[in-house]
Amino acid sequence: MSVRNFIATVLMFLLGWLPTQASAQGYGGLGTRAEGFYVPKRGAAIEFPRDHGAHPGFRIEWWYLTANLRGEDGRQYGVQWTLFRSALMPPDQQAIASKSDWQTSQLWMGHAAVTTPDSHHVAETRARGVFDIAGVKVAPFKAWINDWQMAARNEAADGIGAVDLRASGADFSYDLSLTANGPMVFHGDRGYSVKSAEGQASYYYSQPFYQVEGEIDLPTGRVKVAGTAWLDREWSSQPLSQDQRGWDWVSLNFDDGSKLMGFRLRQSDGKNFTSATWIDADGTATAYSNNKVRLTEISRSTTAGRLVPTTWRVELAERGIDVTVEALNTNAWMDTSFPYWEGPVNIDGSHSGAGYLEMTGYE
Amino acid sequence: MRLATVLRVLWSHWTYRPLQLFALLVGLSLATGLWTGVQAINTEARSSYKAASSTIVPNALDHLERSDGLPIALQTYVELQRAGWRTSPVLEGQVRAEDGRLVRVIGIDPVTMPEQMAELTTPGQPLQDDIASEPASNGLIAFLAPPHRIIISTDLAELQDERFKRAEWIESPNLPFNTLLADISFAERLLGQPGEISRLVLDPKQSRSRVQLSEIAPQLQRITNRSGADMARLTDSFHLNLSAFGMLAFAVGLFIVQGTINLAFEQRRTMCRTLRVTGTSMQVLTLALMLELLLIAVIAGGLGVVLGYFIAALLLPDVAATLRGLYGAQVSGDLDFHMGWWLAGLAIAVAGTFLAAFWSLTKLIRMPILAANRPRAWALMSSRSTWWRLIVSAGLMAIAGALLIWGTGLVSAFTIVGAFLLGSALLLPDAMVVSIRLFESLARRPVAQWFWADTRQQLPGLSLALMALLLALAANVGVSTMVGSFRLTFNGWLDQRLASELYVRAANDEQSVRLQNWLAKHPKVDAVLPIWSVDTRIGGEKGQVFGIADHATYRDHWPLLDKTASVWSDVAKGRAILVNEQFARRNRLNLGESVTIGEPATASSLSIAGIYSDYGNPHPQALIAVDLLTNLYPEVPRRRFAIRVAPQEASQLASQIGREFDLGGRALVDQASIKRRSVDVFERTFTVTQALNVLTLSVAGFAIFTSLLTQSAMRLPQLAPVWALGLTRRQLAGLELLRGILLAGLTMVLALPLGLGLAWLLLAVVNVEAFGWRLPMFVFARDWLMLGFYGLFATALAAAIPARRFSKTDPAELVKVFAHER
Repeated sequence: MSVRNFIATVLMFLLGWLPTQASAQGYGGLGTRAEGFYVPKRGAAIEFPRDHGAHPGFRIEWWYLTANLRGEDGRQYGVQWTLFRSALMPPDQQAIASKSDWQTSQLWMGHAAVTTPDSHHVAETRARGVFDIAGVKVAPFKAWINDWQMAARNEAADGIGAVDLRASGADFSYDLSLTANGPMVFHGDRGYSVKSAEGQASYYYSQPFYQVEGEIDLPTGRVKVAGTAWLDREWSSQPLSQDQRGWDWVSLNFDDGSKLMGFRLRQSDGKNFTSATWIDADGTATAYSNNKVRLTEISRSTTAGRLVPTTWRVELAERGIDVTVEALNTNAWMDTSFPYWEGPVNIDGSHSGAGYLEMTGYE
Repeated sequence: MRLATVLRVLWSHWTYRPLQLFALLVGLSLATGLWTGVQAINTEARSSYKAASSTIVPNALDHLERSDGLPIALQTYVELQRAGWRTSPVLEGQVRAEDGRLVRVIGIDPVTMPEQMAELTTPGQPLQDDIASEPASNGLIAFLAPPHRIIISTDLAELQDERFKRAEWIESPNLPFNTLLADISFAERLLGQPGEISRLVLDPKQSRSRVQLSEIAPQLQRITNRSGADMARLTDSFHLNLSAFGMLAFAVGLFIVQGTINLAFEQRRTMCRTLRVTGTSMQVLTLALMLELLLIAVIAGGLGVVLGYFIAALLLPDVAATLRGLYGAQVSGDLDFHMGWWLAGLAIAVAGTFLAAFWSLTKLIRMPILAANRPRAWALMSSRSTWWRLIVSAGLMAIAGALLIWGTGLVSAFTIVGAFLLGSALLLPDAMVVSIRLFESLARRPVAQWFWADTRQQLPGLSLALMALLLALAANVGVSTMVGSFRLTFNGWLDQRLASELYVRAANDEQSVRLQNWLAKHPKVDAVLPIWSVDTRIGGEKGQVFGIADHATYRDHWPLLDKTASVWSDVAKGRAILVNEQFARRNRLNLGESVTIGEPATASSLSIAGIYSDYGNPHPQALIAVDLLTNLYPEVPRRRFAIRVAPQEASQLASQIGREFDLGGRALVDQASIKRRSVDVFERTFTVTQALNVLTLSVAGFAIFTSLLTQSAMRLPQLAPVWALGLTRRQLAGLELLRGILLAGLTMVLALPLGLGLAWLLLAVVNVEAFGWRLPMFVFARDWLMLGFYGLFATALAAAIPARRFSKTDPAELVKVFAHER
């Protein structure tokens, strides 16, 4: 998944404690320097199942799943499930013998949401990396925080091909079964995804081929749902450059089975840095570097007191893509410790389909 | 004539009578000062509650606690989180710093802390700013990771202790005083309580699919927040009490002011007439008088605010200690000077001055330009006003009576007190007149007859000052009677309640068993009585239920106010319950009625066999048989015991237990030190009340002094004829002195029943409303004698100066009275 959820560093600024300072260093402090932490290296191979697990030497990491679903009632639903990890200190300091069981070098945070055409339900939960309250295990795969989890359905199986997903908030809960029917996709150069002209980068791969079945429980009642889901895995230590202010990110599932991931990082000088990955229906991925994909605002909506662009034009000339992306529900504002916009979209134009849009830095 | 000239002319009055000006300024400053001081104390205390409720995790949000009061195990927390509960751990305890101070330590987990907890702010900056202050990006990390950032209250800035030395300190005005806030990982080591959690604060946003609490952690109970608002309600009585005193002092001060202003206006009638005759318009004159009053009010108000600040600073530590002791409310002992006080103080001084001057001003404005100059007229209150006083007094008494019968609540109680006091004060002049007439009818000799008649004639001029004295004296008698009664009752109650010689608390269950066995074998130990309790509901209210053994200690000593014949055997058999007085009163429960204990679903019902006094505890409490307690609550911690031993063996046994079980500090306390601690709390409460009392009395004394002094100059026309008839100036001066003492003495005699009435109201009405207990009244005649002696002495002193002045009056001055055709 893209730059988008670099938000995770914000874990360090839990509860939104330092908006002023953070804004001087890019959204959520993601532009802070990575001293002492590991940094991604071009050419380093991503291996499974090892890399489904956590990388505590990197400052930030996430397991980010979005799903476009349709209920038996015929309505469209969007589901988000995210686990963020954040390291408090570089790896060489993490080993310091701790005198308290509460002492930890890792913080975890979960975000979950369900979006319908007329409502948006959000929950957040946080934990220290102690007492196994939150974490990620590789075999059998399980990523969890408190009672939320994404876990391998078959404990004997290797990897993340079939997982169960659940989360619940004050006014919603969901329980979904995911089965991948396509391969893992690596972004950038075999998973090394560049994020700025100065060369900031992250490790980034996705599983965009999940088929989903399950149930969502909302204040209006329970509903059976089915559809597709897209998992993003990303870890890094300083993914943004200091002058980057926020980003706009899309994951698009076209009706012909092909997919597109694209993002635009907004810089303080008004210029942008873009990147994209084209994914054929069989999973073949093609990376597009800066300025190949174009994301253009078409109209904004007011949500949570802010004007946020909720209709976009997305173009990728090389693939003949020129589509309009429109939010299913413009009020998909994530009113979490650090706020952002994340919600399902419908696609129209040269291609049609559904996907997810994420936008940060619209304060 | 120009305004400035008029002002200068008017002001010349004060230069000739500096004493009058002094009296006016002092009276007004005292009144403003007492009022401002009390307000300052109240404001400071209230803002402390607010700070406490907002920053202190413990009570701001609902939380989970073990019903037996023990620490929550780490595993329970983990299981709850995994079962979908959103909780944040808090560990709280006390640690003794190297300089001997006992510091409250609160360990929190900022990661899971609900946002409401972080959002709560106090005047100043939010707590989270302290945790994550500059450099911002590292703030939270600094808090979480060694060497740790800790937040301390400002009063701990000088704290010396090795254990905190390496940590980074942030001083925060947001913390209640004597508090250290740190990450739970730091706090648990500091407190020596690894793996323990005091309570789990509940995030208001709970997951909907969480498992029932009873399934996952039945030993925990949800405690609904006892917020600062509750604290404020709990302590309302105390503040209302202070406010009432502030009002009383202000009223007494205004009596002085009114008397003095009235006098000054009357004395300047000639001056005003002259000014009018020489062409000053009424508008200019009125404006000048008002400007003069304003100036005096502002000066006196300013002085009053400064005085108020000192009064508040002086009393605040005691107030803080009282609130902490009585209600567990944390109040900082430091006082900040707020701009608002200046304004409020000045405003009340100005308002008070104009209120006091209203009558004089209107009279002056209505005065015909060439009205006869009658300097004594001001003093001769018409009989019409007597009727008014009687009607108002009757009305006030009726209000007091009606509220006494039908009223409920603290405000009603204080209204009764206020109406009763004021209504009685208004009756004073007439009561005095009646008494003096009685003396007059008994007088046979002409001088005596003249003396009484003249005294009666002088009364109206002194009545305001005497009313002030009456109020102050009555308040003094009332409050000291209440305090004395309380002290006597409380000490007696403590003796009963703390009948055992030693109180011990084992560190854990294993030690508790060893301790019991050890004590059972000890030859000197007479009995070991369990003090086991659970926090649960009593009649639906949150309270504490204790289990007691069937032992003579209780039968002989427990302070029962009301009981059935077979009280102790019924309780021992598990058939009956004892409840504390405040609970019984609040719910209007009587013997024989039944009350439930436990959570509503599983509550058991028991009949009330006795009601006991339980001073100093704002919450419901009940006693049942210890076997019943362990039946109902098998998990009740069994670690606290009272030990009966011959008193002379107590200290030796204590040191043996200390050595054998490594217990000390709060875990092993002897009777004497508990008593000392308890008495101390109340003594400090009374320090405050008595200080205010003394101040009020001083103000009243000053009122008498100034009234007599200012009157003395005007007494010549009354005294000159008597002098001319043959009495010497010395004799007359002596009579003047005697008159002053007599009037004060009479006021004191009348103040006594009033004071006792007030004491009864305080003990039987105000206390019941404020604390839930009613106290027996004890009278302390010796205190009255002392008070009477001081009062008479002060009055004699006040009367002596004018009397002495008269004795030195030049006979020519007396002759002039006749020359002026008075």
